[in-house]
Amino acid sequence: MARIVAGIGSSHVPAIGAAIDNHKTEEPYWKRVFSGFEKSQAWIRELKPDVAIIVYNDHASAFSVDLIPTFALGCAAEFPPADEGWGPRPVPVVKGYPPLASHIAQSVILDEFDLTICNKMEVDHGMTVPMNLVFGDVGKDGRWPCPVIPLAVNVVMYPPPTGHRCFMLGRAIRKAVESYPEDLKVVIFGTGGLSHQISGPRAGLINSKWDKAFLDNLSVNPEKLAKIPHIDYMREAGAEGIEMVMWLIMRGALDDKVDEVYRFYTVPASNTAVGHIILANRERGTRASGKHKPAAAKHKRAAARVKIERKRG
Amino acid sequence: MARPGQAYDDIPGTFVFDAERSREGYGINMFCMSLMKDENRKAFKANEAEYLKKFPLTPKQTEAILKRDYNRLLELGGNIYFTAKLGATDGHSFQHLAAVMTGNTQEDYAKMMLGGGRSVEGNRSRSGKGEPSKLLAAAAPKKVSVAKAGAKLRAKPKAKAKAKPKSKSARRK
Repeated sequence: MARIVAGIGSSHVPAIGAAIDNHKTEEPYWKRVFSGFEKSQAWIRELKPDVAIIVYNDHASAFSVDLIPTFALGCAAEFPPADEGWGPRPVPVVKGYPPLASHIAQSVILDEFDLTICNKMEVDHGMTVPMNLVFGDVGKDGRWPCPVIPLAVNVVMYPPPTGHRCFMLGRAIRKAVESYPEDLKVVIFGTGGLSHQISGPRAGLINSKWDKAFLDNLSVNPEKLAKIPHIDYMREAGAEGIEMVMWLIMRGALDDKVDEVYRFYTVPASNTAVGHIILANRERGTRASGKHKPAAAKHKRAAARVKIERKRG
Repeated sequence: MARPGQAYDDIPGTFVFDAERSREGYGINMFCMSLMKDENRKAFKANEAEYLKKFPLTPKQTEAILKRDYNRLLELGGNIYFTAKLGATDGHSFQHLAAVMTGNTQEDYAKMMLGGGRSVEGNRSRSGKGEPSKLLAAAAPKKVSVAKAGAKLRAKPKAKAKAKPKSKSARRK
């Protein structure tokens, strides 16, 4: 059986991609950003996922305003990097995993999520920047470490799908993956955000309190996040901060109880607050995941303390 | 036909790219999309007014493109990911566009970002009625202070000054 083992949240700021492509990662401004992903790279190297589902949005690259699909699932065998006006990013072609992708499409459509199927699609920085950040340097063989199933979400034209709809789609994806017979270790990325506005006279808006509260709630209280109306995202986290709904697809695809393995937050990268989180599902049949000792053990100890205090009280 | 009022029109300095603007701005955005190709960039730069005739643009939209009035382009249905391609065709960085839209010099805008960006306090609502999110405020370690009507602006005053008249003109339409 295939199983989603972990979820990864990551911003996808285009300037991060430009910093990588132009070899600026060692400059102090950018080192501050990249150093926050070093632990994640070590973590994912150890995890060795078989497939990654990456929830992202296209930025006027593969989709113009001719077609604006709300949810578009990439079922192709490969996804070339898009030319975003400066030539395609110098990153490897992303290999897909069509058998699982079409299985997910079939399963979630019957669960009433009407996806658009993409059998030919280019992918832009929205997807490849988080891949760079989390996978780190591409291997010498010039390939990404695992195949990817892209899920493009419209967050460019208002209204994007609601946070609740995203969360429920995540759950449907979880069900789809778990009904796939091949033994696969799957990770899911939610990308974009955190707070930022890049348009109009209010451009430059950052709301770190909002971002922190969002990250705090993501592991323990995602249903609450799923109730946040769009206007709150736009008012508090910026017109483009509404991208954060994509993180709720990732969270919905995870189990109800997860362990926060890692978190990183820094302001700014270009015009954006950079947020990153790793949430791991617990191994089923055991009380807590043994793999991610530092965070899991800490949570376990904290939970035990709470129990003891409750009994005493 | 007047554009129907929306709750998010209360957010200051913000033109939400909604379905209505997407429809109105189709020509602007498809023009911008065409600039992804080098041959089109060259043709546009060679004769801008002539090149724009290829797209379904209103005279106001054409004027905003020729004047590089980026806020007006957003108001008339342009989307930032598309209009940024026009900026790139002019050889400008995105931060240059952000500075232009906010009425800052690029240097001041860059400084504001390094300093943590524009604060949301005082920038939530034109009417003063828009309240901080109830769902997330409770989770923050400290209570998020509520920006009351007329609360002092932490944003650059210029930005606010620019935003207001535009909103009125948008409502008048």
